[in-house]
Amino acid sequence: MLSEIKRWIRTTLLCLTVGLAATPATAQLGPEREQALIRMVRQDCGSCHGMQLTGGLGPALTPAALEGKPVESLATTIYAGRPGTPMPPWKAMLKESEADWIAQRLLAGFPQESRR
Amino acid sequence: MTQDGMNRRSLLAAFAVAPLALSGCAGWSGIPPEGSGDLGVIVERSRGTLAIINTSRRELLAEIGGLGDLSHASVVFSRDARYAYVFGRDGALSKVDLLQRRLVTRVMQAGNSIGGAISADGTLVAAQNYKPGGVKVFDARTLELVADLPADYAPGKLSRVVGLVDLPGRRFAYCLFDANEIWIADLSDLQQPKLTKLRNIGKSPYDALVTPDGRHYIAGLFGEDGLALVDLWEPVPQVRRILDSYGRGQEPLPVYKMPHLRGWAVAGRYAYLPAIGHHAVLVVDTQTWQEVGRIPVAGQPVFVMARPDGRQVWVNFSVPDYDRVQVIDTPTQKVVATLTPGKAVLHMEFTPRGEAVWISSRDDNRVSVIDTASLQTLARLEVDAPSGIFFTSRAARLGF
Repeated sequence: MLSEIKRWIRTTLLCLTVGLAATPATAQLGPEREQALIRMVRQDCGSCHGMQLTGGLGPALTPAALEGKPVESLATTIYAGRPGTPMPPWKAMLKESEADWIAQRLLAGFPQESRR
Repeated sequence: MTQDGMNRRSLLAAFAVAPLALSGCAGWSGIPPEGSGDLGVIVERSRGTLAIINTSRRELLAEIGGLGDLSHASVVFSRDARYAYVFGRDGALSKVDLLQRRLVTRVMQAGNSIGGAISADGTLVAAQNYKPGGVKVFDARTLELVADLPADYAPGKLSRVVGLVDLPGRRFAYCLFDANEIWIADLSDLQQPKLTKLRNIGKSPYDALVTPDGRHYIAGLFGEDGLALVDLWEPVPQVRRILDSYGRGQEPLPVYKMPHLRGWAVAGRYAYLPAIGHHAVLVVDTQTWQEVGRIPVAGQPVFVMARPDGRQVWVNFSVPDYDRVQVIDTPTQKVVATLTPGKAVLHMEFTPRGEAVWISSRDDNRVSVIDTASLQTLARLEVDAPSGIFFTSRAARLGF
């Protein structure tokens, strides 16, 4: 119950923040897809950026490291990659709205995977 | 020697051993004595724990926790195959006693680390680091720092280090990812480490391997076609480009994960190498270093590993094709089997003589043990988000 309330508050706050900042609207991804994306970022992006996103061959993706970076450019990097660097485009596995969602979550502090 | 002398010596030996054996039993709280040759470890990357396993009985013996961030953790073994040295992403180097099943020593040696190697004489453990970029060398017994080798390729600039391997004679070779260089460190005199620097080896070396004989060091290049080869037996080692037209530059596919070269796939006279950005394994003749074949596979290869006898080469793949593992028959150079042991296959490890292979499936929280002849699954172990699997037989192998 408590976690549901927390989630509701977080979602509401996120919607408000997103609305205020006039960033691309967060699509309703659904809890299952969100969990899959969280796992993907932690595990697969994690092979270069570290599971705690503290960096590796790829740069750190913590809120501190990303401070000041516009959400659009992060989303573009995720979706289309960065030519000339090892960062690949993930568009074969993600919709644009999902890349936006990941970028917003990275800036806010990326969620941990829920444990089994 | 007289009969008398013999007896006295045996008696002394018996006395010397007895107290040790007794205290051993007490201190190890009933762990039955066993040889370390049967042992291995599996990295549980999410929880930051190391599972100790017995590879003959195919069972989990113990879990060692408190090892920090083990995403991309790798392991080398002491020469007596009793201790595992674990290199964590968070820069920690941990020494784990496989027999007593406990963490012995742990040092935070860097901010961000990617792996390590142990010298042939077993005295030096080297860690390759991203932050601060360089190599640090430790006393294998105490984990005291004995040499610091920053990868300072330009004033005020440190490169991330990849592709660290041990070479014969207290030497290590490694690549500077940001500087396009290969360095060879000779630590026969710890007070004065000697560095040989090879420049302009090719753009963005991402990993490397050393051949089983310790003669050739091969670095894969992310930034361009081909690989960089160094013949370490030459009086003055030089870099040669090999396979410089395998097609990295021709509309390569997005590379979702860097291939790993370590854990060589040299089978007979041929080396099997992942073609970065392609669904192919390259076959190279190690006598001429010419490409002699290209084997189409199910995805972008991550690990291309030869069974110890070289009869088969096993390949796993990057996301999104990482539910599969393929087996190449080396005499015919064809894929003879495609297995689906579980979701997100991250690593494979052969038993010392290769009659079985252990495969980790991260997303199914499973390690499968597969008979390499019949391809039947012999056992499945439940392991939390398993990644790297490392058996103590690595202790005796150069470049592992």
